[in-house]
Amino acid sequence: MSDAPSQGQPHRSLDDAAVRVVSARATLPTRLKNLGARRELLLGLISSDIRIKYKNSALGIFWSMLSPAFTLAVYYMVFSFFLKNGIPNFVIYLFSGLVVWNLFQNSINAATGVIVDRAALVKKVSFPREILALSNVGAATVYFFVQLAILIIFVAVLRHAPAWHFMLILPISFLSLYLFTSALAVIMSAVNVYLRDTKHLMEVLLQLWFWLTPIVYSYENSIAPHLRRHGLSLVYFLNPVTLIVVTFQRVFYVSTVVHSTVKGGVVLNILPTWSFSKFLYLNLLLLGLSVVFFLAAEAIFGRLEGNFESEL
Amino acid sequence: MTTVIDVQGVSKNFKIHHERHQSLKERLLHPRSGTTEVFHALKGVNFSVSQGETVGIIGHNGSGKSTLLKCICGVLKPTTGEIRLRGSLAALLELGAGFQTELSGRDNVYLYGAMLGFSKKMVDGIFDEIVAFSEIEQFIDTQVKFYSSGMYVRLAFAVAVNVDPDILVVDEVLAVGDERFQAKCVERIRRFKEEGRTILLVTHNADQVRALCDRAVVLDTGDMIADGPTQESLRIFREHLLEDAVEHDSARLSETIHIDNVTSPTGSFEVRSGSALHLDVNIHSTSAYSGNFVMELFTRGGLLISRSDTQGSPVNLLPGHNVVGIDLAQLPLLDGLYDLNVGIVDHHGHTVIAWSEQAATIQVIYDGREGGIVELGASISQS
Repeated sequence: MSDAPSQGQPHRSLDDAAVRVVSARATLPTRLKNLGARRELLLGLISSDIRIKYKNSALGIFWSMLSPAFTLAVYYMVFSFFLKNGIPNFVIYLFSGLVVWNLFQNSINAATGVIVDRAALVKKVSFPREILALSNVGAATVYFFVQLAILIIFVAVLRHAPAWHFMLILPISFLSLYLFTSALAVIMSAVNVYLRDTKHLMEVLLQLWFWLTPIVYSYENSIAPHLRRHGLSLVYFLNPVTLIVVTFQRVFYVSTVVHSTVKGGVVLNILPTWSFSKFLYLNLLLLGLSVVFFLAAEAIFGRLEGNFESEL
Repeated sequence: MTTVIDVQGVSKNFKIHHERHQSLKERLLHPRSGTTEVFHALKGVNFSVSQGETVGIIGHNGSGKSTLLKCICGVLKPTTGEIRLRGSLAALLELGAGFQTELSGRDNVYLYGAMLGFSKKMVDGIFDEIVAFSEIEQFIDTQVKFYSSGMYVRLAFAVAVNVDPDILVVDEVLAVGDERFQAKCVERIRRFKEEGRTILLVTHNADQVRALCDRAVVLDTGDMIADGPTQESLRIFREHLLEDAVEHDSARLSETIHIDNVTSPTGSFEVRSGSALHLDVNIHSTSAYSGNFVMELFTRGGLLISRSDTQGSPVNLLPGHNVVGIDLAQLPLLDGLYDLNVGIVDHHGHTVIAWSEQAATIQVIYDGREGGIVELGASISQS
């Protein structure tokens, strides 16, 4: 044994060891500290999550690229050939939005049922339970980066110059996405313990949510004028995923106004024509709100977790 | 000594749903249906464990000992009160619960280590040791779902005891694997004890507590009824069981029969090794009863030397004073103090009617040169 004392020798003194407290309600800072202390477990769970998912499949991890590629291909064909939306370079517009959406949807779908699915573990091993939900978000984040890399390759191959100066906002936008998704995943995983319908309900809600987010269509080109007329532009951005999707599209798709590929070159407003500073401001605002939401989610989870053992 | 486990006023309530409505539809349709009963599994338990102590938690089924253990491990959160812990803790309870059956043994060692709170680097350092201890070298890269249940538990046990915890929590899992592996486990726990680590052993097996623990805590339906030296706690545990037995004892026999004391005709409990010992057990009974007499003899260290079968030897008690004699023709014991427990059980051996823990302490004097507990009187010859 490398670092254990040999037989008979006195064990190290614990006079200076940190004290851990197990009590009914840990304070939020304590919860966050415990969570931070278990990074290794989070990483371990993420890697086991990914390995288990593609274990015994011949193509393995390639499925994490193949299945979004098929989704991309289907939407691309539908909206470029059958329901022509006239957006030029539509594949890049679509891909930038889908990358964001996939992270969000995969995380929430997997995390909502995770505590119930792994009840055996939850009832027998001690660790911060929200790590299970966070590991689902983590795994989805890994796939996200794989897809982002492919998107970048796509952009390079198509010689479609991204908006370099907007790139600066991308990390902020990603961080908001990560925190917002984590927060929702943590809450839903706990709610599902008490109301098992949550899992099925979320699957349906996510479909609706997908269509409420401008991924396969353009917000500016569809409902924005109508909302603006009533001064309700804000309503649409109550969906936090929208701002993130629009930011990604702004970075990778770049053009805010294009000439339609159908209807003889009608001018289309694709993306909001906001300045860099407005994008930055909105993204920072969302990041702030996401941090608050995440802290709230931790607090809510702490409340709900106390009774897990009576429900699982 | 530093206090490593401090349990302060810990209570745990469970909600027991009599009618479960977990789907949204059912909750909407039956907002108030179903009753919820609160079950008090632990009621304000207080005790602390210092570094290097080996403490047993005993109690019969439903006494709350597993709940207490889960609270200490952090699997359950106490409803009120708190537990303060110093140092790392590894729990040998529900071995292998953290295993992912789709992954290989190797991956699971790391994952399980992480769940117990140990870093990858630490597990790297002891990986070979873990594999060697678990004795599944050739299957370490096989998916765990193909493991036999024995291999599964052995691997989990190997991780838990090799990660160098400061506190080891053991919950009646010593019945792991074959006899040889069990002996290895007990050996490992003894080594932990010698190294001055803190061990918490939860069991309803009094013999195990006697053999391993310095101190014992007795739980009964969520209340802590004793906390003291092992002998003392075990006495309370036994006697308390007796009180519980009263409820099942329709004839209320245990109220009528009482073991007063154990006497020796010579007045002395000192005996020379190899000579005869006669003891009288004085029993007071208010009614006639026919049952079985049971005796146990322990070393001071808590090792059981002999226990007469639970069926015991039949005795017929008459109203009034009864004397039951114990004759030991040739006491083959070596130097030391030996504790005697005596009791009366019913004919089936199911119900204890009367019990006296440590009813007498026998001092054996031995002049010979053999060491240990028993004089075998082996003669050595060379042909």
